[in-house]
Amino acid sequence: MATSLRTREGGPATGRSASRHDRGEGPFRFLTTGAGILLLAIMAAIAVFLVVKAIPALQQNTSNFFTEKLWTPNGAEPRFGIAALAFGTLISSLLALLMALPVAVGVALFISHYAPRRLAGVLGYLVDLLAAVPSVVYGLWGVIFLVPFMSGPATFLNTYFGWIPLFAGDAVYGRSILTASVVLAIMILPIIAAISREVFLQAPGSLEEASLALGATRWEMIRMSVLPFGRAGVVSAAMLGLGRAMGETIAVALIFPATFEITLRVLSANGNSIAANIANGFGEATVTGRGALIASGLVLFVITLAVNMAARLIVARRSFGGAA
Amino acid sequence: MTATARVLPAISTGRRVKNTFVQGLVWLAFGLAIIPLISVLWLVVKNGLARFDLTFLTHSMRGIAPRDAGGGAYHAILGTLEQVAIATVISVPIGLLTAIYLVEYGQGRRLARTISFFVDVMTGIPSVVAGLFILAFWILILGFGFSGFAGALALSILMMPTVVRSAEEMLRLVPTELREASYALGVPKWRTIVRVVLPTAFTGIVTGVMLAIARVAGETAPLLLTVFITNSINEDPFNGPQMGLPLYIFDQMGRPNDTAIDRAWAGALTLILIVMLLNLVARVIAWWRSPAKAR
Amino acid sequence: MAKQIEVADLDAYYGSHKAIEGISMTIEPRSVTAFIGPSGCGKSTFLRTLNRMHEVIPGARVTGKIRLEDQDLYGAGVDPVSVRRTVGMVFQRPNPFPTMSIFDNVAAGLRLNGRVRRSELEGVVEKSLRGANLWNEVKDRLSKPGAGLSGGQQQRLCIARAIAVSPAVLLMDEPCSALDPISTLAIEDLIAQLKNDFTIVIVTHNMQQAARVSDRTAFFNLAGPGKPGKLVEMDDTSKIFTTPSEKATEDYITGRFG
Ligand SMILES: Nc1ncnc2c1ncn2[C@@H]1O[C@H](COP(=O)(O)OP(=O)(O)OP(=O)(O)O)[C@@H](O)[C@H]1O
Ligand SMILES: [Mg+2]
Repeated sequence: MATSLRTREGGPATGRSASRHDRGEGPFRFLTTGAGILLLAIMAAIAVFLVVKAIPALQQNTSNFFTEKLWTPNGAEPRFGIAALAFGTLISSLLALLMALPVAVGVALFISHYAPRRLAGVLGYLVDLLAAVPSVVYGLWGVIFLVPFMSGPATFLNTYFGWIPLFAGDAVYGRSILTASVVLAIMILPIIAAISREVFLQAPGSLEEASLALGATRWEMIRMSVLPFGRAGVVSAAMLGLGRAMGETIAVALIFPATFEITLRVLSANGNSIAANIANGFGEATVTGRGALIASGLVLFVITLAVNMAARLIVARRSFGGAA
Repeated sequence: MTATARVLPAISTGRRVKNTFVQGLVWLAFGLAIIPLISVLWLVVKNGLARFDLTFLTHSMRGIAPRDAGGGAYHAILGTLEQVAIATVISVPIGLLTAIYLVEYGQGRRLARTISFFVDVMTGIPSVVAGLFILAFWILILGFGFSGFAGALALSILMMPTVVRSAEEMLRLVPTELREASYALGVPKWRTIVRVVLPTAFTGIVTGVMLAIARVAGETAPLLLTVFITNSINEDPFNGPQMGLPLYIFDQMGRPNDTAIDRAWAGALTLILIVMLLNLVARVIAWWRSPAKAR
Repeated sequence: MAKQIEVADLDAYYGSHKAIEGISMTIEPRSVTAFIGPSGCGKSTFLRTLNRMHEVIPGARVTGKIRLEDQDLYGAGVDPVSVRRTVGMVFQRPNPFPTMSIFDNVAAGLRLNGRVRRSELEGVVEKSLRGANLWNEVKDRLSKPGAGLSGGQQQRLCIARAIAVSPAVLLMDEPCSALDPISTLAIEDLIAQLKNDFTIVIVTHNMQQAARVSDRTAFFNLAGPGKPGKLVEMDDTSKIFTTPSEKATEDYITGRFG
């Protein structure tokens, strides 16, 4: 800051040359660049340190980490694997996406093209509020309200759609993959809706008018001139939502039955996810147990990283007029 | 040919029905999205009010057995405030400087594009992974114990990309002419940024920071792995386990008795109030700023 | 199929702002009617009330009557969609659907009305492209995107798209203002042909163009800033451009305006 005093009144007289000799410029530039590089370093460090702490535990593992379903890393003979957890993460997230995506696209269209203009802003804000609710509150709501509530719909699905393997089984439970997926769906809905809304609003008005002038109904107009433009954005929003769902921890930690089975029966008392298992298992974890959880976190990190990068690349490849 | 030949062609029933059907679906979707919001807020308010009292806000859980009534979240609220404050102090300078680099210095550079891409990717890091990273790095490798500060480190990893993005957006809104006018006076670039660009974007950046704070204030998983859990008041964020409000809710809701569940709801109400207040203040600031923008 | 339009005492609003006031006129079938007037006097607004595109803008509304032959366009139970199907529109800037091929662009309107046989579709597309004087230029690349054409070609593609659904009326809002002189000439020639089949209304800022292509001309003006636009007079084009009855018209046409 000492140098800044000298050049404070660096008016026209000193001109351009002042900026070249200004002693603040170099350090400031260095600071800003350094901050950016620090962010990259943090990303790298996350990967590196997770690997470093995972390796000792993986070496202790008496089973194959990728194919083993059980998670018993705390005993004398640690035996743990990611298979069931990864499967549970995938199926619950995909199911959540399946439920959230159509609703989110509908909400986005509602805000961008159907809601009365004056209300659209407020209604959009309401949907954004869904994203402001902390995940632990969804967890509490899920455990106390949704788990008992879901036994009704679950019984219905099991009774009438039991022939679909997803809904098969002799008994249904409130704490299930399905219930966890519903909570996840609610949580990822706002982000998918917000991004989709933005891309729908960016659809060129001239094309909307072109289709209306051809005698298109509102829906036909949307199909002709809004959806073709929004497609890439919606796909990428869906992937971002998927990434969120896979990483969500606390909201589902007490909803998953926390078993280590691989099953498609989403109404049964089975199901778990990598993130939920970390939250639930951390308290009792031994040194090896913690390492094992870190190893599972590394897997989660890699999967969500891949999903997120794919989502960003889709948008980058097909960006319309500088849309972020 | 009759004299009353229709001038306007009829739109087929199929098209009409489809149009109305989609309209119905779209309204339905909105309704479906709002139902959980109403349900969550309603239950939080209804159940939270039972224990949302002075004792709750001023007492810790020290010496309160799970089945006991009473007890409060003072230690958790205190912890959350400290942790979030530290996380803000760490992440705002880094995030802001990065945003300045991206907007003012990095244009078109490969490094800037790389940073920008990874900032986007970083927003997608699961919070539990951020917690695991601090656990592995700070606690297990460097040997610092569980502490509020460790939690703040994890939170700041989650905050940084949000701060970068919002600050970047605000800096880009500053008109180029403003910068050029300053350069033309011979003011060096860095001083132009500090004296002209940042003040112009200031309120917008503050809004972004508040929204980022609101977002991390509700994070639980990273705290679970780094702050751990305590029932007592620990005012020192640098030493020993602390509590956080989200953590408190998680801890209480895992206990199978009604007194604990009531405390969890009251905690949820407190947390939602804090988060909504932050959101509201951010909105008010943004709204306040907008006439200035039109000027 | 060209049809007559009768407008009676029409006002149009954007929210609380009245953009045009008290417009009454008759637009003859199988003729070209030109709208001229200073910027902001409501030509586009009026044109868009003729196919109920005005009300697409939030808060916009219309009072008064417009009859197409004996059908009240704003009557109860009239679907704006079928109005727009009958009264087609070409915009100032060419706006082909960028994600569709040339063929699909022209076929877009027809496809809205349910399944059409491919052979039938091909027939209409060729006829419309020929009608728009574009067939020879694009017949070998019908499956290429419409956005790959030149500006003038794109505008003719948009005209082909509009006439493919065989409307009764074709509205054109400054269709040549984004085009070069050669393309402009091509469109003007096209308009001269199209009036055999359609009722054509064209907004233009180009006096020569109005004089060249139109049979009737309507001059709009506004009394002052913030006031609604009004129809000053409407007459045969030759009369308007030689011996207009209003002084304001003469001033505008001879450039002594303002
Ligand atoms: N979408 C809109 N919202 C609000 N007001 C509008 C809108 N479009 C036009 N107006 C107003 O309506 C009036 C008439 O505009 P209009 O576009 O019809 O004029 P115009 O004669 O077509 O002008 P130009 O020759 O420049 O195209 C103007 O005062 C304009 O500001
Ligand atoms: Mg106009």
